[in-house]
Amino acid sequence: MTEQKKRTTIVLFSGDYDKAMAAYIIANGAAAYDHEVTIFHTFWGLNALRKDEPMELKKGFLEKMFAKMMPRGADKMGLSNMNFAGMGPKMIKHVMKKHNAMTLSQLIEMAQEQDVKLVACTMTMDLLGLQQEELLDDIEYAGVAAYLADAEDGNVNLFI
Amino acid sequence: MNADQVLDAKGLACPMPIVKTKKAMNNLEAGQILEVKTTDKGAKSDLTAWTKSTGHMLLDSKEEDNVFTFYIQKG
Repeated sequence: MTEQKKRTTIVLFSGDYDKAMAAYIIANGAAAYDHEVTIFHTFWGLNALRKDEPMELKKGFLEKMFAKMMPRGADKMGLSNMNFAGMGPKMIKHVMKKHNAMTLSQLIEMAQEQDVKLVACTMTMDLLGLQQEELLDDIEYAGVAAYLADAEDGNVNLFI
Repeated sequence: MNADQVLDAKGLACPMPIVKTKKAMNNLEAGQILEVKTTDKGAKSDLTAWTKSTGHMLLDSKEEDNVFTFYIQKG
C-alpha cells in the first residue's frame, strides 16, 4: 500500500495492571488495523516497561526507595479496583487464564512483535529514578515533542 | 466455500483473533480467501469492522455450535 498509514498514539500514565492491559489491547488491535502505533509511557506507566529482575545500579536514597516501592515489571502491577493488597491481581490472572485472555506481559511482547513503538518518557524516568538498564530492550526514549510529532497526525489519541 | 487458508482462532480472546487474522492475511495474495474460525463473541463485530477498514471483503459468515466462521477475501 502506498498511502500514508494511519496512526494511533496512546499515553500510558497509569501504573495499574488493568489500565495498562486496556492500553496494550488497543495498541495491538490498532497494529492489526495496520496503524503505526506509539505507546508513550510516562510516570507510573513506566513500570510496565521495567524488567522483573532486580539489578545493582548507582542510585541515591530516594531513587532506591522509589525503585523498591514501585512494581518491578508488568506482572507485579496492581489493579485500579479491587486490588485487595495484591489478592486482586492473583484472582484476575486466574480468571484470565480460564478465558484464555493474554496477560499484560504477553500483550507487551505481542506489541513489540507487531512493531508497536514503545517510548519511555525521559523526564519522568529521572523523577522516578529509573535508568535505561532497568527497562525493556528495544524501546525508545523521548520527550513531549516526539510524542506530539506522532500525535499530531494521529487518528486515534488516548490518555490512559 | 473454498478457502485458500484456514485460520483456527477458536478459544482465543480479544485482541488475538484480529491480530492472528492480520498475520494470516499478510501471507495471502490479493483475491485469495481466508477462512477464520473463532469462538470470541465480539469477533463478529470486530472482524466485520476490520475487513471494512483494511480494504478486504467479508464474503460470508456463519455461526454453528458457538463457532463463528468468516470468509474474507484479501483486497
